[in-house]
Amino acid sequence: MTVDLGLTSDQEAIAELFDGFFSNESPTTIARAAEPFGFDADLWSKVIELGAPGMGSAAEVGGGEASLSDLVVVAEAVGRSIAPIPLIEHLAALAVLDDADLVAGSAIATLALRPADADGLWRLVPAGVVADVVVGVDGDDLVVVRSAPPMSGPRNHASAPLADRSARTGDRTVLGPASAFQPVIDRWKVLTSAALVGIAEAAQKLGVDYVMEREQFGVPVGSFQAVQHGLADLPVLIDGGRLLTHKAAWALGRDESGILDWRSNDITDGTALAAMAFVFTSDGAAVATDRSLHYHGGYGFAEEYDIQLYYRRARGWSLVLGDPTDECLALSDRLYGPVEN
Amino acid sequence: MDFSLSDDVLAYRSKIRSIVAETVTPDVIERMHTTGTFDAPELNRALGTQGFLERATPGLGVGDPIELWVLFNELEKAGAPYDGLAVALMIAGVVNLLGTDEQKERILPSIISGEALVCMGYSEADYGSDVASIKTRAVKDGDEWTINGSKMWTTMAHEARWLILLTRTDVDLPKHKGLTMFILPMDTPGITVDPVHTLGTERTNATYYDNVRVGDEAVLGGVNNGWRTMVSVLAFERGVMGGSNAAIPLLRHFHDWAQEVGIFEQPITRERMARAAIDMQVASLLTQRSAWIAASGGSPGLEGSMTKVFAAEAYQRISRWTQETAGPLGLLQFHEAGAAGEGFVEYDARHSPVVTIYGGTTEINRNNIAERHLGLPKSR
Repeated sequence: MTVDLGLTSDQEAIAELFDGFFSNESPTTIARAAEPFGFDADLWSKVIELGAPGMGSAAEVGGGEASLSDLVVVAEAVGRSIAPIPLIEHLAALAVLDDADLVAGSAIATLALRPADADGLWRLVPAGVVADVVVGVDGDDLVVVRSAPPMSGPRNHASAPLADRSARTGDRTVLGPASAFQPVIDRWKVLTSAALVGIAEAAQKLGVDYVMEREQFGVPVGSFQAVQHGLADLPVLIDGGRLLTHKAAWALGRDESGILDWRSNDITDGTALAAMAFVFTSDGAAVATDRSLHYHGGYGFAEEYDIQLYYRRARGWSLVLGDPTDECLALSDRLYGPVEN
Repeated sequence: MDFSLSDDVLAYRSKIRSIVAETVTPDVIERMHTTGTFDAPELNRALGTQGFLERATPGLGVGDPIELWVLFNELEKAGAPYDGLAVALMIAGVVNLLGTDEQKERILPSIISGEALVCMGYSEADYGSDVASIKTRAVKDGDEWTINGSKMWTTMAHEARWLILLTRTDVDLPKHKGLTMFILPMDTPGITVDPVHTLGTERTNATYYDNVRVGDEAVLGGVNNGWRTMVSVLAFERGVMGGSNAAIPLLRHFHDWAQEVGIFEQPITRERMARAAIDMQVASLLTQRSAWIAASGGSPGLEGSMTKVFAAEAYQRISRWTQETAGPLGLLQFHEAGAAGEGFVEYDARHSPVVTIYGGTTEINRNNIAERHLGLPKSR
């Protein structure tokens, strides 16, 4: 074992398969048509044919045994295409669920990112509009609830299928203590980070293509240094985010517990790295979509151009977890030790 | 991706850590900050004696570039004075890559034993980023070259045994084509060194060349091929030799001070500390990527530009907020009572401005990224 920062040949094949699939089956017209709730049932049935919903599950329950690092590659492709399917939530929830219909994808699972409130309500659950099964924390317990999806929810910035779901009404099972949720949320953060890297990369490409095509003062807008330098900040946010996301996936996939030695910048703790990747890629996707939109000029603000689709999802896909400052404070506690509040 | 360090690399790292612990004493760090000479001969010799410099020299030793990254990352995280060593190994790598057998035999042993340093004469008073326009002339007369001109920012010239010198040898060729690199001893007659003191304490120099005479044995990488030699050096410089985790020692000093004076609990400080740790991880991973590309036989020039832009700005962000958070105590210098982070908060606020300038400015690196990575048109 030694440092190898390339994708495996299997992962390269996965990237090619999913990028090809999404560019054929989910051009941005599909994301537009799926607004405002962000779900395309037809597209979901097509990813079932690819075996994607059960990709990360164990072979004995019919899954594909893919590693978290492999799923990161899939999640990046989801981000690049902003495909309107809840694959990331589903793959994260399946860290602790193995019902046959979920592995097959004929039922959809998701996770509640924050504990249920006093009334037993999980607020603004991602994929809550369409999920048949929700896993999340209620009080001291990690519970899974199977109930009929509402098939509607509040209109929102990202046109994401967010909806409130009950932690107590429906077919409810206690899976374990609330602490058993950590692997699920870590997995969701890593996969969402990958999707945000995909969003940032797609936004960069839209921006570069536009500034090469658009001419002002008789030359492409992209020949101006002020524009070039604004775009030149993006590749490092994309590559840095990708490396950090893969490091988090690698760390979470190891049997041994990780190191948290911030004094030597030696960090292999999966939970800390997942939080780091999430904060960094959330910021990176926000910056990349903002710059790209800006360099489109007025057209970037027009609904007709695709950059606005990415701009809204860059924010929506990460802010469902909460204020990034809270994520930073939790990370600070993990790295430097908790403080009394 | 696999982020594990091999057992060999881990063993190498632990040896480096013990050499650093033995040789980079508080006195050595103190000396660096009083003299402005960012070099520790005792460290260099200890590393050289044990064969670690030979191992780490790009393309020369048995060690792979991951070890080169580990060496400089450890030195940087320890706050050790390593600037002299980094330049020396960079040039050792270039001599190994482009030098003649005679040059390798004559020059390399002195560097990889940790005895000799090298200084770099590229920039001139009037030519910094536009270094291909330099005016220092080398003229061939019979078997000898005569060099006249001057250089700026020749850091370590007052300590170095060797000088690598970019000259113009053909004024009729386009500016990138008429350049030649020389490598010559600093005690060659006709060279004078004047100190230039900097905001960050580090001493650098202006150097002057008055009828300096050398033979063909001093030409490095071929006559009129100096630009290629230059690019080879920069690929090493922006790749893996430090410059990515400069804020780690600062964060240690700041953290311990903030805990001691009871301001660490403030949410804004904890948020900033978390963001700083993220930036340092990313900078480290980007550097590791350059090392991995080099280890896989590639040349990480473009990736080095990306790493340098990110890491340099991250260090500047961190040095700015640590000083702001410390308030007036962040103004106090080394040895003053109450100085935040034992004075490092003030020091890093003075030192960090240089990192977006030296080794290729952030603007030059953004040009590289825009043109070579994004495929945008040349803008100058």
